[in-house]
Amino acid sequence: MKFGTEIVALGLFAFAALVAAGFGVDEPFRQHMWVLFIVLVGFTVVLLRNTSFARAAAVDPSAYMDGPIRYGAIATMFWGVVGMLVGVVIALQLAYPDLNIQPWLNFGRLRPLHTSAVVFAFGGNALLCTSLYVVQRTSRARLFGGGLAWFVFWGYQLFIVMAATGYLLGITESREYAEPEWYVDIWLTIVWVAYLILFLGTILKRKEPHIYVANWFYLSFIVTIAMLHVVNNLSMPASFLGSKSYSAFSGVQDALTQWWYGHNAVGFFLTAGFLGMMYYFVPKQANRPVYSYRLSIIHFWALIFLYIWAGPHHLHYTALPDWAQTLGMVFSIMLWMPSWGGMINGLMTLSGAWDKLRTDPIIRMMVMAIAFYGMSTFEGPMMSIKAVNSLSHYTDWTIGHVHSGALGWVGMISFGAIYYMVPKLWNRDRLYSLRLVTWHFWLATLGIVVYAAVMWVSGIMQGLMWREYDEQGFLVYSFAETVAAMHPYYVMRAIGGAMYLSGALIMAWNVTMTILGHQREEEPMPGSVPALQPAE
Amino acid sequence: MDYNLMREFADSWGLVAMALFFVGAVAFAFRPGSRGQADEAARIPLKDD
Amino acid sequence: MGLMDRHAIIEKNATLLLVGSLLVVTVGGIVEIAPLFYLDNTIEKVEGMRPYSPLELAGRNVYVREGCYLCHSQMIRPFRDEVERYGHYSLAAESMYDHPFQWGSKRTGPDLARVGDRYSNGWHVQHLTDPRSVVPESIMPSYAFLKDQPIEVKDFSTHLVANGRVGVPYTDDMIAHANADLMAQADPNADTSGLETRYPKAKIGDFDGNPQQVTEMDALVAYLQMLGTLVDFKNYDEAAGYR
Repeated sequence: MKFGTEIVALGLFAFAALVAAGFGVDEPFRQHMWVLFIVLVGFTVVLLRNTSFARAAAVDPSAYMDGPIRYGAIATMFWGVVGMLVGVVIALQLAYPDLNIQPWLNFGRLRPLHTSAVVFAFGGNALLCTSLYVVQRTSRARLFGGGLAWFVFWGYQLFIVMAATGYLLGITESREYAEPEWYVDIWLTIVWVAYLILFLGTILKRKEPHIYVANWFYLSFIVTIAMLHVVNNLSMPASFLGSKSYSAFSGVQDALTQWWYGHNAVGFFLTAGFLGMMYYFVPKQANRPVYSYRLSIIHFWALIFLYIWAGPHHLHYTALPDWAQTLGMVFSIMLWMPSWGGMINGLMTLSGAWDKLRTDPIIRMMVMAIAFYGMSTFEGPMMSIKAVNSLSHYTDWTIGHVHSGALGWVGMISFGAIYYMVPKLWNRDRLYSLRLVTWHFWLATLGIVVYAAVMWVSGIMQGLMWREYDEQGFLVYSFAETVAAMHPYYVMRAIGGAMYLSGALIMAWNVTMTILGHQREEEPMPGSVPALQPAE
Repeated sequence: MDYNLMREFADSWGLVAMALFFVGAVAFAFRPGSRGQADEAARIPLKDD
Repeated sequence: MGLMDRHAIIEKNATLLLVGSLLVVTVGGIVEIAPLFYLDNTIEKVEGMRPYSPLELAGRNVYVREGCYLCHSQMIRPFRDEVERYGHYSLAAESMYDHPFQWGSKRTGPDLARVGDRYSNGWHVQHLTDPRSVVPESIMPSYAFLKDQPIEVKDFSTHLVANGRVGVPYTDDMIAHANADLMAQADPNADTSGLETRYPKAKIGDFDGNPQQVTEMDALVAYLQMLGTLVDFKNYDEAAGYR
């Protein structure tokens, strides 16, 4: 019977969730288990409706398995729009605090929802689907493990739903970018190990002798995130039927463990993984091999070696011992070099084909992504210098820096990859509209520029106001005055974010129409070769 | 083993060892004859769809 | 086989690539994080630190749940303006019982490391209920709902036990009295002599102005009122604490 085991397992888990909902020791946990129960019952019903007793059709072992990748591309788009929408909402909450709706929609509960939705739901799905796309095509092998890819995909979506609803209910470990509580963490560990097996298994059965460098980056991303996730989330639950757990570490040790994780979530999730994307999709879209393959090897080892040390720069001038702060600073500055090595490698892939920038908006998007990668990997090492950090830390400058990396690099390279993959995955000749890609490109770029510029101004201004003294040696501003001074910038930041969101909405429309098989009647892009017409 | 001893080792021999390792890695990547191999690997994504 | 061909093995062997990457990424963590656990000088010795009382711990859990750390730091850096604004710079020892730490990374609102004793209980309740009624420039959300949520205490000792398992020195006595201590700290009429010996300097009183029940507002204000009040800096030796 098709899905027999799956239906039984899901039914059992749904029953377990129901029991936990009844016997949970705290209210948020009981509510969370009701959510889990409803989701699992929903899954079960869907499977029951699709089950059949017919023998499953034999799969062609040499064909690529693209089903989970198609779902992943749609999930990426969906979560991207959700995460960016929540971002605009919380930006508006900072400008107009009356928009907070207690208790579930207060800023403090929505912000982890925003960060997790964009990093793990949007970025995570983008990495998941592109890595499975790339590993099959560069290994010339079908995904390993039969239905394992489906387990990884749906298991990951369940993690996202549980994490997101947990935040709204107030279930959090308060570890930035690792907020989900212990039981959700355990689930993610299971899914992640399955992902590692799926990815590594596919590499092992490859028909290509060489492992292409994009897969190195993806592999190091998967294995490092596994290590970081497990160590950082070690905690002791107060009850196995309750949502609250206490971190295994305390104070200084806890802070450094968290930022060792936090910085490498940036380094391996948001950088190494997306570099894997760059090393495949930029050469494909430009139709030329990467500028220097040998540089990419050095890039890989230098980057993964240096990144892991840089975490303490989040704790400058805190109670962390000075030697650890200095070590973090030195490695952060060194990190500039491999980062720019990677940027040059990506950009120079276009050498001899720069005209494509004019004619191909997807390439333009990828190049802008690489440019923002270069910008934020220069800004980052600069901000890790202790003297600079003493001004920038605790201010909006950090927020601006994160967003030029997240919106500029991670967002744009993912958009480029999705635009590339979607017509291929659904066997369409081309996207619904390239003109709409151009609209998306400009809305996104202007949105980031507004966002980052506004955060520079507000961040530096706030930092300077905090330390401003008058001639008599008194502090000039009360804290409340520095908050009031931020208002116009918070409004402008929300506008920048809304522009970026509207670009993503245009993309969602474009992708949807492409999937549905439509092609927009429009003037071809200037300078591009007219598309070949099929013979009548 | 005390911390200062380890730190002294780390900023002398440890540093030299890591620097040499890095130079070795670069030398390996740009060794004579690696170009062909690298060019071939770089073409993997372009081979098929 | 020459040295130069060795990398080709890595390039072609996925397992080696996996192990190699894992080795490379573990080095930094081990060198930086591991020493913090065994070096004696990571955390200076100071007088006055004690585990959180049950009510303070419950309040701290509310602080974590509501994401206060996203806008408020609890880490005063050793700069003139910060020390004048917030008080003595934070010591490592002051967060030694914090599972997890709440240093924060952003100051949308002011630092709270030493907010204890700075305002009255009534001010805190009013501020948490309607922030702009006491600080017109504030952009903080309202937390009025905390006044209506009684603390859900099934068996609070499990929370102390869990903290004990990760290294907080809660004694059997503290664990046995967990529920009673939690209720007594918010009740001005209770006998609190046991509580005060177990948790010196604990603030006792009806924090939220509603003596009928112990609410999450009681717990949160009790936590805020003890922040940064445990260490007496008159007895603190700066030179000995430097690291």
